[in-house]
Parts: sequence; C-alpha cells; structure tokens
Amino acid sequence: MRRVITVLALVVPMGLLAQAPTGLDPATLFKPLGESWPTYSGDYTGRRYSSLTQINQSTVKHLGLAWLSRGFTQGSGPTGRGAGAAPGAGAGRGGRGGGGTDVPIIVGGEGTGEINAGGNAAMRGSILMVDGILYATSPDNVWAVDARDGSILWQYYWKTRGGTHIGNRGVGMWRNYLFFETPDDYLVKIDARTGKEAWHVPISSFEQQYFSTMAPVIIRDHVIVGTGNDLDAPGFLQSYDPETGKRQWILYTVPMNLGDPGLDTWPSLEAARHGGGQPWVPGVYDPETNLYIFGTGNPTPAYTPAGRGTGSGLFTCSLVAVNVDTGKMAWYYQTSPRDMHDWDSTQTPILIDGTLNGRPRKLVSTGARNGYFFTVDRVTGEYVASGKFSETANWASGLDKQGRPILNPEKVATIPGALVSSSATNWPPPAYSPDTGLFYLPENNSLGIRYLINDDPRGSMGLGGTLVGGGVATGGSITAMNPRTAKIAWRRPLPGGGATGMLTTAGKLLFAGDGAGNVVAFDPANGTPLWHARIGTVAGAPQTYMLDGKQYLLVSLGDALATFALYGAK
Amino acid sequence: MNRSTALLMAATLALLAAVHVRVATQGQQPPPPSGVAAAPGGAGAPQGRGGNSFPQQQRPLADDATLARGKGLYDISCSACHGVDLRGGQLGGPNLLRSQNVLDDKAGELIGPIIIGGRPNPPAGSPVMPPFPLPDADVKAIAEYLHSVAAQGGRQGRPPDDDIVKPERVLVGDPAAGQTYFEVTCGSCHSAVGDLKGIGSRVADPRELQNLWVSGGGGGGRGRGAAASGRATVKVTPAGGQTVEGRLVRIDDFLVTLIGADGTRRTMPRNGPDPKVEIDNPGDAHRKLVMTLADTDMHNVTAYLWTVK
Repeated sequence: MRRVITVLALVVPMGLLAQAPTGLDPATLFKPLGESWPTYSGDYTGRRYSSLTQINQSTVKHLGLAWLSRGFTQGSGPTGRGAGAAPGAGAGRGGRGGGGTDVPIIVGGEGTGEINAGGNAAMRGSILMVDGILYATSPDNVWAVDARDGSILWQYYWKTRGGTHIGNRGVGMWRNYLFFETPDDYLVKIDARTGKEAWHVPISSFEQQYFSTMAPVIIRDHVIVGTGNDLDAPGFLQSYDPETGKRQWILYTVPMNLGDPGLDTWPSLEAARHGGGQPWVPGVYDPETNLYIFGTGNPTPAYTPAGRGTGSGLFTCSLVAVNVDTGKMAWYYQTSPRDMHDWDSTQTPILIDGTLNGRPRKLVSTGARNGYFFTVDRVTGEYVASGKFSETANWASGLDKQGRPILNPEKVATIPGALVSSSATNWPPPAYSPDTGLFYLPENNSLGIRYLINDDPRGSMGLGGTLVGGGVATGGSITAMNPRTAKIAWRRPLPGGGATGMLTTAGKLLFAGDGAGNVVAFDPANGTPLWHARIGTVAGAPQTYMLDGKQYLLVSLGDALATFALYGAK
Repeated sequence: MNRSTALLMAATLALLAAVHVRVATQGQQPPPPSGVAAAPGGAGAPQGRGGNSFPQQQRPLADDATLARGKGLYDISCSACHGVDLRGGQLGGPNLLRSQNVLDDKAGELIGPIIIGGRPNPPAGSPVMPPFPLPDADVKAIAEYLHSVAAQGGRQGRPPDDDIVKPERVLVGDPAAGQTYFEVTCGSCHSAVGDLKGIGSRVADPRELQNLWVSGGGGGGRGRGAAASGRATVKVTPAGGQTVEGRLVRIDDFLVTLIGADGTRRTMPRNGPDPKVEIDNPGDAHRKLVMTLADTDMHNVTAYLWTVK
C-alpha cells in the first residue's frame, strides 16, 4: 500500500506538469524573438525579426500547408452561441469551430449580448504563441488554439455595451494570464489555461465615447494600455497592476492643466483638453533606458481646426517616450505638427542600433500615415533623419530644421475640394532586419478630393466637417527604408493590391501578404519573391514560432488561421 | 431665493438671452438642431446617425412634451452662451455636445446642479456661468433635451447637421480656362460632344461631377493596374511564344488571368520577366493625372463640364 501511494504521488504531479502550461515569466519578454511569440511585436524591439532559421532562403521552396483551422465565429446573444441576437445581427454561431465540434465558451461582459454582432471573426491583430498555445482575438472575443494542429480549445466572449468595434490588436500575457481590451473600455484578465475571467476594470469612459482596441503590453509588473476616441476627448496611456487591476499611472498626451508642458501650442486649455492624441497601437520598450516609446493619434477636431488655432498641438501625432515605472514623459518628437488630415502617428516604431558618423547610436524609427519616415535618438528624442517615402504624399511643402514636414495650407479640406494624398501606411506593423539594416513598411497610396462640408466658424467636431470623393488608388508596395538616412532602399510594387503587416527572419526572409490573396516570402535584400501560397487575403502580419523542432509560419485569414512548415520537418 | 424671485430672474435672463440669440443668428450660425423633430415619436431608443454604439445614441428619449419644454427653456436661457446647436456660442459657453458633464449625465444629476448653481469658478479660460434656479421639472427637461440633441450626433464624433455646405459651392473655377485644359489634357480620350455629351446633366451636383471626372468613373479601385474597373486589357507574350490577349481578370506576381475575345478564360504563370505582360488600363491615365493635377485646373474643368448640358 505504501509503495502504491508513493508511485501515485510521483506520477500524478508529473502528469499535471506535462499538461499544464507553465505560464509566461515576464523576463522572457526581454529575450530576442525565437521559438515563442509572447508579446505584440514578438519582443520589445518592434522589429518582428525572428531568430529562427529552419525556414530560410534555401528551404523555403519546401514550405507547405501544415494545418488550416476554420470556424472562428464571434459570439452573440446571452450565451455566445447566437440565441437572442438582435434582428439584423450576424449569424452568431459562436464557438463552433475546430472541425465543427463545440468548444467551451466562457461568457463575460456587462451587456446583454443583444448588440454583439456575431459572424465571422476579424483576427487582424497579433497572435501570441506560448507553451504550444496560440491566443488570437477579434473584438469582444479571444480564442485559445492548439498551435500544433489548429484545434480551438476555448473561446472567451465579452457581451458588449457598445462602442466602436473597429478592431482588436491582440492580448498581452503575464504569467498564466491574458490581458484583453474591449470596445466598451474594459481591461479583462483571463486565465490562459481555462479562458475563465479573473477580473475586469474600466480603463476609460464609455460615456465619453472612448473605445479600446490596443493589445496590452506587459513590462515586468506593468500592463500598459492605450485607448481610442473620436469625440474631442484627451488621449492617455496608462499602466495597470497585473495582480490587482489598480492603475499605476496615467500619462495624458495633451495638456490637461495650466502650466502643463505643450499648452502654448494650443489656443486654450479647453482646446487642449479636447485635443485627442489617442495611443491605440502598441509601442516598444528599451530596457536600457526603461523607456516605453509609442506613437500618438491625430488632434481633434481632425479636419476643422478652428478651435485649435495654428499651434502644433502637442503631443498629438508624436513619438513619445515614457518612463515605465514613473509614467513621466522623457521626450517627444512630433511627426505631424498641426495635423489636418486625421493621420495618426500611432504606428509601432522600431528600435535600431546603428552607427552614425563613426559613433554607435541608439535609434528609434517610424513610418507615419502622413507618408514620411523618421529616425530619432531613442535616449533623447533628438532628430537624426527624416524623408518622404510615399509616392503620392503632396500635402507638405518641405521639412523644417528638425526634419518635420511643413504643412502646405492649400492641401487641406476646402469647399471646392483639394486633391490630397491619403494615409500612406497604418497600423499593419512594419519590420526590420539587422541582416540588411532595412526597415520594411507596408505602403498603400491613393489620392482623393478632400472637401470641407462644414464652414461654421467654430469648425466641426471629431472627424466631422469633411468628406472625400474622387479617390484614385495609385498602388501598394513593400517599401524598404534605410533608417539611418530615411531614404528608400527599394520599393516592390504589389500588382494585385495592397500591402499588409511584415515579418522578417534570420533565415533571410521577409514575409507579407500581397493584397491579392497570397502570402509571400521575399528576399529582404531586394524584394524578389522567393515563395508564395494563394491561401486567401492575409489579414494581419505573418508570424512564426517553433514547436517540437518544427518552425511554423502563421497566417491569419481573418476568420481562419493557417500555418506552413517544411515538408518532412519532424 | 423664493420661487417668484427665481422666475423673475429667469425671465430677465431669458430676455437677455433672446437679444443675444438674435445677434448670434445674424452671423454664420448653422440652423438650429432639429432635436425635437428629429426624435421620432419621442420615447424609445433613438436611431441617430451614429448608430447605437455609445450611451448617447442608446438612451431612451423623453416624451415629446418634455423635449419641447426642454428646447424652449434651452433656447431662452442657455443658447446665448452655449449656441442654438449646443456647440458653443459667441458669449464663450463651452460646446455641450463634447462636455464631460453632459456625456456622463444620466438624468440631470450632473447637469442639474450646474444649471441651478451656475459655475462661479469655471475651469481656466471659461467664463463664469450665472445660476439659473429653475424648478426641478424644468432642469430635467433641459437635460433631456440636451441628450436628445447629442443622440443625433454622427459617427466618429460628428455633430448633428454636419453637412451644411451646398455642393454647388465647388463651382469656383473659370469654365473657359477649364475648357482649354480639358481639350489639351483630356481631349485624346474624351469629348464633350462624344462620350461626355450632357455630362453636366447626368450627375446630381457639381461635387459629384468633380468626383466622377477626376477618378475616371472607376472609383479608383485598389492597387496599381488592378482590374477593378473591368476595362483593362492585357497582352501576354511568353518568350519565343505567341501573344495571348484579352480582358484582364486578375494579376499578381505569380499568375495572370484574362478572358479572350472568344470568351475563353486563361490563367498563365508568371516568372519574373517571362512572359512579358503588357496591361492597357484606361484608368492609368487618371492615375497619372492626379499626380500632377493642380486644384485650380481641377476646379476650372469642373466649372466647364458643369456647362456641358
């Protein structure tokens, strides 16, 4: 008897250990991107450069489908399985997936489920891969998926109160917990092993029309969250305690009180406090300086600045560096002074170590919606280089001494219409390869006629007062920038459509969707296609991970996931 | 303050406000919001232009009588400072449609104390607001009215009645100069007595006309050379082989698909320069045009084409 007990005591815990994920030690996030994908950009640098080399320029021709997983359906109704959905809402067959077998749906949220639309998932953010499990998201929904075969393990479903359901950029992970933002402005903590909710806390005001989409970024014991708003409300970045859900600090991106820095760039405190600057895309983190560096959104009102005067509107449309422990701003660099086009500068920047004039420099680079590329010193924010990458950007008359574009006052919304370039890139993430020293960004160009439709001397509100017509798309490309000079190294036009997010690897490959239904491996040195598969429109940036000695390429198709691996890899 | 004093005060303020309203409407003020009229049937969930995303659009509206009362009181007591459309007035009152207190208010519990007590110590830069010691029912009616106007806000923070510029106001150009530009630049493909005959009568308004001619009518599509317009043709010539041509269906770096004159659909592989692929897309001329088209020329051509009836 005694012997039996001893055997059981040994066997049972080992069995549990083998099955239960061990969770994610926050220290893991400091390592370069490799076998797992534990945070939005893979690691803190924003490079999306994987050290994996099994799939490389020689082997990529043997890359084939490993698995395809369909049936990612957003929850709706009180149970997530569709019953009670409002008339006209989507199909809402929530939770049916993984070959048609029902998977557990864990229901949260403070709404009734009546206004959750259901329907096909929109998995366009980053997908985490930790301990063999993928965590993918769509607004109000999180899925855990077996990374080896695509089986859906559980679905977390949030009954929403409403809010702008424009997208969700993914989850953050801390130990055994996931952190998820909802369009109705909650931060939700979910047990990654079961999908059960630990708690949820409000992070911004639903009444003031904030909506939250950002993938939380975990830095040690900080959960960094951003949120969005279109109704003339102030932007802010916050840090929360992953254990308790208590706020640690808040950093407003516009002046909120008399005496705040930047107030002299607004006509009044009232204007500043309604000035926007929402941070809604994850930033990057530099452990050496303890700075989190992120981009801020457009000023508001966006197109009719009667109320915001002729100042630059700090700290909207800027790169901002904040100390992760204190929440204090260390520096800023404004990439679109006095933006007039709703061109957020929220794009994930990339940390780059370079040598300039024989001196090693710690740099950060970003390609902005306004069609310009910027490199600054990431310790001080000092300007290093900037230049135009967009083929069509026609709204600026040049660069000032600090490398910032100078607005051409004629290329704004006017009553008879002004032909203006449109957003040249957006949230789909760029990538950087230290092998080539190049920064890859998705570029999509068009021009349109921008009309002012509200000439009230007080201007309009939010994104109002304008409409665009007569649009002509001039093409999409992958554009490789030299971050040291801000000059274009090469541009690969995509004949079938637009560019999406990027991935680079130490296998000397650059992966991206081509907007025409292909996922493509390019040579990062010159943009030559080396491999492709017509799997369907690629919804996010391709990602990669390694399990059991096999490297996978992961592609989201929006409502389905696909992975590719080398045939014969064990 | 007793009730009669309060009423006297309200009446005095109302008189003052009425004077200011008259002054204000002589300027470039937009028409007053259609708050009451635009809230069909009063009670019930509004269907504003903003959908039902946010609390302002989701909340049930008060009955018509309450909203009418609230509007009357607002126009008399509040509009001089806050504007007839709630978006701020010449006397410096803040825009109530983006006011934190109005947005957070459920049923007058935040708005009411401000109306009754005023704001003797307003946020920096804002004028002092006098007290309006109105009866509870009046205060609630004003709050309900404010919410009914906010419910009419559009998506992405747009105010009610955002589109107030008449499309005819794009007609600022010189038709004669526009005709010259048209004949020189567009004449090889288009004619005012041919394909564009009567173009000025075929569209709803000059703004639509400008959008139509600049984009080439194809809406632009997505992507360079995309077959979006359905008008592109393609010639495909393999090295040492025969040319195949037809209507372009789709193209990427790896395949090109066309439909030949006989209706046959063919999809051919692409491998770098082989086969040679030549696309003729009428939309390309417009893609080139917009890269250099000056706004003045654009307005002139629109003014000219509007005369082509």
